[in-house]
Amino acid sequence: MTSSESFDVIVIGGGHNGLVAATVLAKGGRKVLVLEAAEEVGGPARTQEFFPGYRASTAHVLNRLHPDVVKALGLSRHGLTFARADLASTALISPGRDPILLTGGWGEKIDGDVSETEKQAWLAMRAQLVRYAAILKPFLARLPPGLEGMSLSETLGFGGAALALKRLGTEDMRDFLRMMLMNVHDVAEEHLSGNLLKGFVAFEATLGSHLGPRSPTSLLGLYYRLTGEMAGVSGGQVVPKGGMGAVVAAMRKAAEAAGASTRTGAEVSRILVEKGSAAGVRLADGSEVRAPAVVSAINPRTTFIDLVGSSELDTGVVRKARAIRMKGNVAKLHLALSAVPAFRAPREALAGRLVIASSSEAVERAFNPAKYGEFSPEPVMEIVLPSLSDPSLAPAGACVLSANVQFAPYNLKGGWETGKPAFLAAIMAVLERHAPGIGRLVRHAELLTPADIEARYRMPGGHWHHGELQVDQMLVNRPFFGAERYATPIDGLWLVSAGSHPGGGISGVSGLNAARAVMKGRG
Amino acid sequence: MKTWDAIVIGAGHNGLVNACYLQRAGLDVLVVEKNDWIGGAATSRELTPGWLYSNCSYVCSLFRPEIMRDLELPRFGLQVIPYEGGAVFTQDGDYLASYRDHDAHRREFARWSPRDAEAYERYARDVTRQCRFIQPLLMRTAPDPASLRPRDLGELLYLGRKFGELTPSEMALTLRFWTMSISDFLDEYFETPVIKANLALSGIIGTALGPMSPGTAYVLLHHYMGEVDGSVGAWGYARGGMGAVTKALADSFVASGGTIRTGAGVDHVAVKNGRATGVVLASGEEISGKLVISNADVKRTFLKLVEEKELPEPFLRRVRNFKIRGSSGKVNIALDSMPEFPALPKDSPCLKGDMHFTDTVERMERGYDDWKEGRFSRDPFLDMVLPTTLDPTMAPAGKHFMSCFVQYAPPKIDGRDWTDADRDAFAETVISQIADYSPGFRDRIVHMEVRTPREIEAEVGLTEGNIFQGELTFDQLLFNRPVPGYAQYRSPVGGLYMCGSSTHPGGGVMGAPGRNAAAEILRDLKRPNRQMSDAHDVI
Amino acid sequence: MERDIAMTTQPATRRAAQSHIEAVRLESPFHPRFAALSQQNDWYSWAGYKAPHSLWDEEMEYFAIRSQTAVFDISPMVKYRIEGPGAEAFCNRLTLRNVAKLKPGKVQYTAWCDDEGHVLDDGTLFRLSASRFRLCCQERHLPWLLDSAIGFDVTVREETEEVAGLAVQGPTSCAVLKDAGLAGVETMKPFDIRVFPFGAGEVTVSRTGFTGDLGYELFIDAASALPLWDHLFAAGKLRGIRAIGYTALNRARIETGFIVANADFVTAEHAVRADRVRMPDEIGLDWMVDLDKPYFNGRRAIERARREGTLKHVLVGLEIEGNVPAEHAIVYHRKTKEAGLVTAAIWSPTGKRNIAIASLERPYGTRIVDDLWVEIYALRELRYQKLMKRAKIVERPFVKLARRTLTPPGDF
Repeated sequence: MTSSESFDVIVIGGGHNGLVAATVLAKGGRKVLVLEAAEEVGGPARTQEFFPGYRASTAHVLNRLHPDVVKALGLSRHGLTFARADLASTALISPGRDPILLTGGWGEKIDGDVSETEKQAWLAMRAQLVRYAAILKPFLARLPPGLEGMSLSETLGFGGAALALKRLGTEDMRDFLRMMLMNVHDVAEEHLSGNLLKGFVAFEATLGSHLGPRSPTSLLGLYYRLTGEMAGVSGGQVVPKGGMGAVVAAMRKAAEAAGASTRTGAEVSRILVEKGSAAGVRLADGSEVRAPAVVSAINPRTTFIDLVGSSELDTGVVRKARAIRMKGNVAKLHLALSAVPAFRAPREALAGRLVIASSSEAVERAFNPAKYGEFSPEPVMEIVLPSLSDPSLAPAGACVLSANVQFAPYNLKGGWETGKPAFLAAIMAVLERHAPGIGRLVRHAELLTPADIEARYRMPGGHWHHGELQVDQMLVNRPFFGAERYATPIDGLWLVSAGSHPGGGISGVSGLNAARAVMKGRG
Repeated sequence: MKTWDAIVIGAGHNGLVNACYLQRAGLDVLVVEKNDWIGGAATSRELTPGWLYSNCSYVCSLFRPEIMRDLELPRFGLQVIPYEGGAVFTQDGDYLASYRDHDAHRREFARWSPRDAEAYERYARDVTRQCRFIQPLLMRTAPDPASLRPRDLGELLYLGRKFGELTPSEMALTLRFWTMSISDFLDEYFETPVIKANLALSGIIGTALGPMSPGTAYVLLHHYMGEVDGSVGAWGYARGGMGAVTKALADSFVASGGTIRTGAGVDHVAVKNGRATGVVLASGEEISGKLVISNADVKRTFLKLVEEKELPEPFLRRVRNFKIRGSSGKVNIALDSMPEFPALPKDSPCLKGDMHFTDTVERMERGYDDWKEGRFSRDPFLDMVLPTTLDPTMAPAGKHFMSCFVQYAPPKIDGRDWTDADRDAFAETVISQIADYSPGFRDRIVHMEVRTPREIEAEVGLTEGNIFQGELTFDQLLFNRPVPGYAQYRSPVGGLYMCGSSTHPGGGVMGAPGRNAAAEILRDLKRPNRQMSDAHDVI
Repeated sequence: MERDIAMTTQPATRRAAQSHIEAVRLESPFHPRFAALSQQNDWYSWAGYKAPHSLWDEEMEYFAIRSQTAVFDISPMVKYRIEGPGAEAFCNRLTLRNVAKLKPGKVQYTAWCDDEGHVLDDGTLFRLSASRFRLCCQERHLPWLLDSAIGFDVTVREETEEVAGLAVQGPTSCAVLKDAGLAGVETMKPFDIRVFPFGAGEVTVSRTGFTGDLGYELFIDAASALPLWDHLFAAGKLRGIRAIGYTALNRARIETGFIVANADFVTAEHAVRADRVRMPDEIGLDWMVDLDKPYFNGRRAIERARREGTLKHVLVGLEIEGNVPAEHAIVYHRKTKEAGLVTAAIWSPTGKRNIAIASLERPYGTRIVDDLWVEIYALRELRYQKLMKRAKIVERPFVKLARRTLTPPGDF
């Protein structure tokens, strides 16, 4: 059964990268169909009711939506605008003391319970990291370098980065090269003296990855974070009005306005390959849709192993696709609270992000068990109360708490079935210390372990980034060498998910890059 | 007062290598050593009558054959005997042996997993390729990427060209290899825990990292380098203990006219107008020299031997930030008879090589977790050898010397200094681990020396007891070693050089830092350097 | 990385195998017979097995191949059993030739490549039944085979030690087998497989070999190896059956122009130097590459190399002036420009020509085929006599024997 309608491009997966790619391709004159397996587009960014009257989305902070994406999609026309005033703060909270408050782009300003020397140390370190991240930024916006030779414009692009490096000055350049692959713990130790700030930096660098702050290369996670910007401010973050669902809605509108068709509840079961080229897809219901280009906005391993299948691939490709490390480490907690919990932080800080990570050692200790398939007995976490920015997410007077909690290894020894209640208890114990009485406010708790995230969003391993964002899985090795520049060994099949360069976070860069690559190629 | 052409601080192997090359190039060189014996961490000491202890380093694995040849070390008695086997004992009473014969090795792996046995071929190929790529860098001075001098640009170009010679997929693999953890790397080839544990150990020996830390795949290369060399007899036990290496160096040095003074600890380096003018000994004696070369680690050299005011700020800050972390200890044991390991077949060649009791990567990593918390590993990783099985000179006939390298041991316990009680408890974890696999082991012990990072620092002078004089992480390799801007053996003080393992290419009894430093010094002196042959080609 | 197929051994099995180190060189199931016949005691290690270079006289052993019946032990050859409903599809994706065309009861000489189109090995693929294959080869490939099996309904098992193999080659080999009671063996065509009863079990016979002569390969349970041997030698006595070593076999295979992995080309998983690997077209195996069949490993790379003209080498047969074998000699164009390397060479006793197999760097051997020379360093009484000899590219096989393919074979 083949659909009579024909398309130029089929996009598999209506997550944000799929929508970005679809929009750009449609604007480029291609006839595009987006196929989303779920009943709604948006992937983990979609907002869902998790308890009557309470809604939340798994992704809860926007910190790297790329300006080129905003521009290319015309998102502001679809109701998505961000100004400096929208930037949310980060409060580092700790029992028995006032928080340290970081505002502006990743703590441009620092206030609260922190000494003047520590403030200065923070600002100096922050400035240095932001400066260095700016050197790396262009690498993340462009195609990864081509090891088999690059076009002149690409080479010039990298030459530009070298020049920017040179412009840092000799000593700064030396520190940049030294620090590049360092661990975040040592960097924090070299600059800071207060545990809370060190803990924050450690947390920020390792959030979403299988690394502890002492793991070499963990500083890159922080650089990655700082290459993001919101409202033109590096390191800025926003808790979007209307929840993350509003962002998705704007993207979907943009896609549709550009002429892309979207079909939900349409699960792809096979990518059709004929004579080594993509020819379309087969859906779970057995129907086929044909197109000369297929853009996969879902996990790269799923794309190759499940949808293409080994008979069309080289064994080495199968090996590489299966070797991508993508076991999630973060659990998502949604609490339906009857009132705003009593975190020790000013009201305006509550509308931003709260971080619980008492020291770098605490983050490391939380990480240790994850190496062996055990969850952290003392987890670290970031908390957002989205209903404070968008009251529609909770009943009047009530409150939604949304938290990313780590470390929660995907492959928990003994399984999540029994592990989940124990982990929830561990999390609640931490929360109770930071917001006494919070337990009594809980009307419902939804804890999504990586296994749940995998099942709900079809993200293997429940991994945010469709592959660990570690240096050996970056650039030319993302998702693996041989599929690193969005094109794949299968002609006409393209990859655009977070599993491709540059990686995860709601940035849309891989969607944008890939769509451009498709248009240059045969798409 | 005599003015020496050069004074080398420390008679460790790199100090002696450096001194030998300089002396042979016509300089008048003095080596001053704080201990009453020479050798630094490469010594053989008779700590109990009749037994020679290789009480620090215990295997000659990386020593560059070019240096052995240039300095005529065989003439001065150096002989290296390869290991005959090796084994990892498993908790279920079995073992994984390493056999020298290629097919026996494969069958041994196949005993555990036919897949892993055949996977070893590809693994060996990939690791060998990586070693071949970086080995030529060991004996070259690292370029300064922030410099525009023709020589640095030339070296950078050399690096770029070498990388460019790789095929695209090799490049991609190289980028991964340099940044992966040994655990992740091995997972891509092997499925059997004990096989992974066996191969992972080279990724962690001497470092304050666990096998799951990114970057440990590179450390593995560092240890494998000696094996791809193709120079037979470069890897193994030094006959007469590791002191034989430094004794041969010292004899070579003295034979070429050099002078060594032992019991001459340096209090500080004399500096005048930003130039080193000699050293002042702990006794107060001043020795004047046109050049001073420090074999001590970079922290000891610049935080203890040179006055702060002589050093510019960014340099000093970077020296302070240099990561030099004690992570290991030694338990050296004199045995009155050959210990038995019932798990092994009788007279197994495994006894004549390195033996281990850590049969999973997870156990190694948990050992590292202890270290991070400021504890020695409760279940330590041992690299245990009995050199006397192949070298009869180290103990009376029928008796044996056993060297146990032990990881992890932090430089401080819970933030405080080690106590004797800590040391004894540390030793007990080691002895009990061995005794679990070797009944009657305790009764064979004649004498034992336990060295925690405290003893290693106090006696050998290695800061924090770190055997590599600094971690081998990316931020401390190549042009970053020991600190950016001073990675070419020179220092901010004129005439003061570094030649220890803190400098490129790093630790292990390799001799390359000493040799590379000598090349730079002779270059500065504009002296011909005919004594130094070219590094062997990798063909 | 998760493995679908864990191969980890059971503790009891691995303990029982500890003693393997007591015999560092394995002995083939036929070893007692070879040992008894060996007058030279000239053994080498073939994949860890004791194997004879020569048993009594390497020249006479060669002539046993060409004139009577020679028996060569192929047990050390690495063997994999591939079984399952997806076995055909698996083999088709793995190898270069079209396995759908390989009928049950037939053998294919084939090769397989990695993603980059570099040859991992060559070998013979036996289709024992619709869903059962045996792959025989020089090198070990279990991880590659297992990873290639992902997505196919198939199991792969290494069975080298379990299966004994004997090559029975030479003009009288068919007669010997007939006399041994393998009824109807004379009707077997080249590359046919047939199973004959033997003792309580059976022996699998294929009309294959590495000599370019009439010949068969026999496979049997390791436990039945010696009875088979004794039976054959009793039956073949009158027709001059003799055991031979590798040196003799090697001469025969060079005359036939067959290549040997890690002698005439370096297998991809063993090449430490990345430029030493070869694509099928670079070692004379281009004829195997079947572009009409479904996707197979390396296809994209091979097609790309052909399209972009990036193939670097070519394998050729050479005939060289004079009678001095040119083993490992450098090949020159116009006596000056290096063009390649001789990988194997002999004076052909049967062809009466000085022959060689050489790997040339294109365009030598493709566009430039004339004015080629080899520089031979002949060591004669402690002096190299350097010879520059003209070499001509010629067809392989160098020696073509009608009896190789004649069915039924003549009763020589």
